Amino acid sequence: MSKPHSILPGFRLSLGYTILYLSLIVLIPLSAIFFKTALMSWPDFWALVTSPRVVASYKVTFGTSLVAALINCLFGLVVAWSLTRYQFVGKRFFDALVDLPFALPTAVAGITLSSLYSVNGWVGQYLEPHGIKVAYTPTGIVVALTFIGLPFVVRTLQPVLEDLEAEVEEAAACLGATRWQTFRRVIFPAILPALLTGFTLAFARAIGEYGSVIFIAGNMPMISEITPLLIVAKLEQYDYSGATALALVMLVFSFVLLFTINGLQWWASRRGQRGA
Amino acid sequence: MQPKKSARSTQEPRWLRYSLIGIALAFLLSFLFLPLVFVFVQALAKGVDTYLDALKEPDAWSAIRLTLITAAIAVPFNLVFGVAASWAIARFEFKGKAFLVSLIDLPFAVSPVICGLIYILLFGSHGWIGPWLQDHDIKIVFAIPGIVLATVFVTFPFVARELIPLMQAQGKDEEEAAISLGASGFQTFWRVTLPNVKWGLIYGVILCNARAMGEFGAVSVVSGHIRGETNTMPLHIEILYNEYQQAAAFAVASLLALLALVTLVLKSVVEWRLRKELAAQDELPPDGLPATPRTAHA
Repeated sequence: MSKPHSILPGFRLSLGYTILYLSLIVLIPLSAIFFKTALMSWPDFWALVTSPRVVASYKVTFGTSLVAALINCLFGLVVAWSLTRYQFVGKRFFDALVDLPFALPTAVAGITLSSLYSVNGWVGQYLEPHGIKVAYTPTGIVVALTFIGLPFVVRTLQPVLEDLEAEVEEAAACLGATRWQTFRRVIFPAILPALLTGFTLAFARAIGEYGSVIFIAGNMPMISEITPLLIVAKLEQYDYSGATALALVMLVFSFVLLFTINGLQWWASRRGQRGA
Repeated sequence: MQPKKSARSTQEPRWLRYSLIGIALAFLLSFLFLPLVFVFVQALAKGVDTYLDALKEPDAWSAIRLTLITAAIAVPFNLVFGVAASWAIARFEFKGKAFLVSLIDLPFAVSPVICGLIYILLFGSHGWIGPWLQDHDIKIVFAIPGIVLATVFVTFPFVARELIPLMQAQGKDEEEAAISLGASGFQTFWRVTLPNVKWGLIYGVILCNARAMGEFGAVSVVSGHIRGETNTMPLHIEILYNEYQQAAAFAVASLLALLALVTLVLKSVVEWRLRKELAAQDELPPDGLPATPRTAHA
């Protein structure tokens, strides 16, 4: 590949600055979490991160994030498929609209969704007579997290769907496969890594999400209290070690997910190479 | 372009096509478009005067100002970092490059609340250098520097993430040619690299700015919520909403929603330019280029 010595200047300067800035802004501050937790004794730490209210918050956070990511996979696939394969009026508008959750501040999304889905909101008033309560319940959290996560799934799937070669599908059709068989046996396996990556990205984002959730969640301990909110609550009571211990648990989980995403992308790129 | 017959066997039946489009559009309209419309309707629900009054209020003003200041500091910082990082990563080979790229992505994986927490652990009154700061009368958390720091953290990867893949795809031939023709490093960067990555850079800045102005979780933790002093727009919205001042909350929210709309439009335009430029690059066969010495460093 490329030679160890490049004639381009600025390697030391740019790499040095990159590492310095990265350390000052990200690495050193993040390490504070580990050092602070290291000051706690193991039994204290364990008792804290497994206390009933905390465990309930894990269940709410992970449960709602999982459901939201699954909903996003299903509808995200339909949206990405329609945007890449079909022609319809306003396609460019809808394509741009997909990015709205990236662009709209989470606090705005939070107050909007909770007003929309509250008992006398535009949507909530039609759900209420059917006994469906969304705002101030875990269902509301799922709605907010679905909103936040959608672009991750659509934007990971779109390029893969665009790059699929038509010949492969034609070959499947020539060999007598029905359209459904072609989708299940040819298209789906090809887009599976991207779908899983999108799922993990949406899931990872949902777990840490705070702004859009707290408005719609109702934030009842044991029922609709998410872990990030519990961290904030502990901070407000000046329980710094408690907040840090919870942060560490979430951080470790985020790192595992980041690792998974990198692994999935590596898998996807290897697949792409083999197919080419 | 395809003959009709073969197209049919690799397409879904008409009813399925229409129902898939229907489901997709219904989902996008109800989940994304409806909330967007709702913001503006609520903001103007009590008339234009109430709307303007909510924006003229001194606390709202100071929130707007603080949001603009924060973005004006955080974005350039991350822009310079993004350029430096992508120059190092896309132009040179070194050990641990993949690891460095993952580290740059790290802030995306961390919950916004934790981003705020780490600065409290460092600079808070019980933090590592908190006591020292107190002795010297420097305030970082629960003050503007903390808000800026938290914003820099959450928007850290945006520019670098856009530039690295773009610069890797473009390769370093043109810069090497410039250097071997006697250009200085700075000239090469200014005249060759920057024009080449211009659109990618703008794209990253747009995304970075949108997040910087809209960040809530991280800023909320370090802000201290002092009205008129350390409230950014998203925090101001929260306070108004919790005080049941719906119209005022949505009035401020509508400004951020406008920002989101502008971001989306700019993003679409820049994406279109980027695609055009990359397509133009692909069309030129390598030997069709003007005679540039491709192996200058041989």
